[in-house]
Amino acid sequence: MKRVGVFVCHCGTNISGTVDCAQVAEAAKDFPNVEYSIDYKYMCSEPGQEMIKKAIEEHKLNRIVVASCSPRMHEPTFQNCVERAGLNPYYVEMANIREHCSWVHPNEKEGATEKAIDLVRMAVAKAVRNQPLQKTTIPVTDRALVIGGGIAGIQAALDLANAGHVVDIVEREPSIGGKMAQIDKTFPTLDCSACILTPKMVDAAAHPNINLLTYSEIEKVDGFVGNFDVTIRQKARSIKMDVCTGCGICMEKCPVKVDSEFELGLAKRRAIYTPFPQAIPNKPVIDREHCTYFLRGKCGICSKLCPAGAVDYTQQDELLTRRYGAIIVATGFELFDYSVYGEYGYGKYPDVITGLQFERLINASGPTMGKLQRPSDKKEPKNIVIINCVGSRDEAKGKSYCSRTCCMYSAKHASLIRDKIKDSNVYVFYMDMRTPGKGYEEFYDRSREQYGTQYIRGRVSKIYPLNDKLIVRGEDTLLSQPVEVEADLVILATAMVAQPDADKLAQKIGIGYDKDNFYTEAHPKLAPVETHTQGVYLAGACQGPKDIPDSVAQASAAAAKACGLLSKPEILTEPIVTEVDEKTCAGCGTCLLICPYKAIDLKTLTERIAGEIVERKVATVNEGLCQGCGACTVACRSGSIYLKHYTDEQILAEVNALCL
Amino acid sequence: MKYAYYPGCSLSSTGIEYDMSTREIAKVLGIELWEIPEWNCCGASSAHLTDHLLALALPARNLAIAEEAGLDVAIPCAACYARSKATEVAVNESEEMKKTIQEVIERKYEGKSKARALLEIIGESVQGDHIKERIHILLTGLKAACYYGCLLVRPASTAFDDPEDPQSMDQLLHLFGAETVDWSYKTECCGASHETSAKPEIGISILQKIFIAAQNAGANCLVTACPLCMNNLDMRQIEVEKYFSTKYNLPVFYFTELVGLALGIEPSKLGLNKHFVDAMPLVQEVLNRKGGEQA
Repeated sequence: MKRVGVFVCHCGTNISGTVDCAQVAEAAKDFPNVEYSIDYKYMCSEPGQEMIKKAIEEHKLNRIVVASCSPRMHEPTFQNCVERAGLNPYYVEMANIREHCSWVHPNEKEGATEKAIDLVRMAVAKAVRNQPLQKTTIPVTDRALVIGGGIAGIQAALDLANAGHVVDIVEREPSIGGKMAQIDKTFPTLDCSACILTPKMVDAAAHPNINLLTYSEIEKVDGFVGNFDVTIRQKARSIKMDVCTGCGICMEKCPVKVDSEFELGLAKRRAIYTPFPQAIPNKPVIDREHCTYFLRGKCGICSKLCPAGAVDYTQQDELLTRRYGAIIVATGFELFDYSVYGEYGYGKYPDVITGLQFERLINASGPTMGKLQRPSDKKEPKNIVIINCVGSRDEAKGKSYCSRTCCMYSAKHASLIRDKIKDSNVYVFYMDMRTPGKGYEEFYDRSREQYGTQYIRGRVSKIYPLNDKLIVRGEDTLLSQPVEVEADLVILATAMVAQPDADKLAQKIGIGYDKDNFYTEAHPKLAPVETHTQGVYLAGACQGPKDIPDSVAQASAAAAKACGLLSKPEILTEPIVTEVDEKTCAGCGTCLLICPYKAIDLKTLTERIAGEIVERKVATVNEGLCQGCGACTVACRSGSIYLKHYTDEQILAEVNALCL
Repeated sequence: MKYAYYPGCSLSSTGIEYDMSTREIAKVLGIELWEIPEWNCCGASSAHLTDHLLALALPARNLAIAEEAGLDVAIPCAACYARSKATEVAVNESEEMKKTIQEVIERKYEGKSKARALLEIIGESVQGDHIKERIHILLTGLKAACYYGCLLVRPASTAFDDPEDPQSMDQLLHLFGAETVDWSYKTECCGASHETSAKPEIGISILQKIFIAAQNAGANCLVTACPLCMNNLDMRQIEVEKYFSTKYNLPVFYFTELVGLALGIEPSKLGLNKHFVDAMPLVQEVLNRKGGEQA
């Protein structure tokens, strides 16, 4: 005998301001199987939950319908409540009469009340068909994987390692350090980037719980929360890491010179190289695309000169498979390619540079040893123009979003220039100044008042060369008149964009990404470092444009979340997963293609049919991976796959309750 | 190919060379031009300052006539092209506007007949190997600063070429052996709208910058696709020279004149003798070079 109790919540005035809750509770009394119905101001509160528990005992209720907010908000609250009263938690059904009703129909009280009654009627119909479900446990491997060795990845790894967990950092470049290693000074305190980053790099390398896998990439991710089986490709470095002493003789004598990626084309590197002198590990790699030995089979100078005999041209890529309990994705960002801006010269003018190139030019360890000179003729620039929002906040050619860091680093660049070249003029063209961090507005003030940076509100419409100058033409929208500046150097504050292959990595791991290929958090406010895939967390700018303080904070948050997972030997899994009816499954595989979590596989069944042994394929669901989205259930042509707690019978009962 | 031809008002007066050369090269390139009967003003420079609907309706009538004949419209003048394109886009974007315009012009225009710039059409027609046989003279020695002006490749959403650094005219001239210079004034304002305003000195200084930029880039002539640009660059060049006591001596060509020259058409048939800044010495130089450098 199903005995349903209905509990209608006012949510203060959130619901009762629009919906007549007493009328809903009264109407529910007439629904089939309803034994008890009541409304109350705050169902989720202590007295509200007590009310439910008491009603279960007094009226011998065995199914509970709570008509309140979204199940995303309080379903776990009420599940725990009925569990304490001795019922299976999956006997609770929520009717969302807040987000789906009162909030969206504020001016239609009567209609909203009617709709709320319908929603409760549907929930009652489903509740009587709810089956008890049991949570199961799965073991957790106490080892974490951090993808990306920039500041976010390093911070997350250090936090995890200090909490006693073993961490592998996978970094695709030859060194860890990321973008922060290229930066000169950091806002708003102007402390030197290398001085605060390199000690952390050393800590990470020296930590007994951290393994660095540099020059390595993620090949494949299998498994599920607590048990991810990750295949990592260790690219052939052509150097025996255990033999190389990092003396650097090989790099001095290598005859090949190519543009240095780390110096952004402002300097050359050799074919055997470390990206920068403070690289960790401080051991070179051979760039096989440019190395004479690999191109023509001759040269071999580095091998001949190496006193340790560490050069090994025969090395091959190696694949390594390890099991991890948690994954932190910290793959960072790239800079917007501004060559789509014809008005800024399509990237053709040598003295129009990006902010990151400027960081290298003003950096004491950069190609000019920190002496600011423009790329074309090595002259010291006197008039410098900085243009904000190049690629940001521009749907026509760039991205719709604000890159969040540019206002501040432009203010920093202006201050650094004025500090180095006293008789210089720095002009910043801006749309709006956005300085929301701690100490940021003050930093911007200083760049104007102490350093004398001139801010011009308006967009630059064109840059063109005239003799050895660049004419920067724009509009001063505060004065409503055109302005022209004769500049020696123009710095573009280009947008932060997702890594070019961010989508491919997301597909390998099975996490979501947005229209700009930034990774999607599980909830923008309440789960900002989690993803929709359990056990995978986000840190740093791979989730969206971020400055260093925010990246570090998010990295520590992600590490804390991962610690919470790894510190238990096993975890409970959600039983709302799909199940395959092997009798009718035809093994077509449509569900495999549709599953966003790669939770479905095909397996072979061996059966005896009419005396003959027959083999056939059927779908099988990995319950650890399944997130219960239900996409496969609608894709299945024979209706052989169903989602527990949302079976066809349960859903149809709701539809019938509404329509019949 | 057959196109409806909308010459516009300039091409029978100040821009007559543009009309002459367009008709001549169309014949050689096998493009049939059917002049829209009883065409009316496109509304540029006056209508769109007065009334939005009027500005859209005026070109709509011309487009409607072309649509009845089942033809796209070839438009040499950049201003006529810009206004006609705006109408075509407006009619295609909004059913409501389409209805209103049809009521005003008392004709059907469904937005099917497209407004197309002559530069784009000529650029297309010279693609492929067949054009090599048609070239009589290579334009060796011409260092052209291609000047597209403000209207031809704007707005970006409907432009047939890059609005910041257009290339179609450059590519066309390369095909006929001319050199073109890389310069930053391809789509700057020529000052035409200041020509008639109360402050002619604004127009003069705009022109001065264009001439200096072309000279600095190493050009020995300017090439345009707009009768208003031609007016300003050619007719007013002497005025600018006087104002700044200097000499630029930069002949200005319509791209159609140079294409015609390369196709072997007599200079006077192209109107090359009608310029204010004497273009004939440079034309003669090209013709004389190694006996015309037969292609």
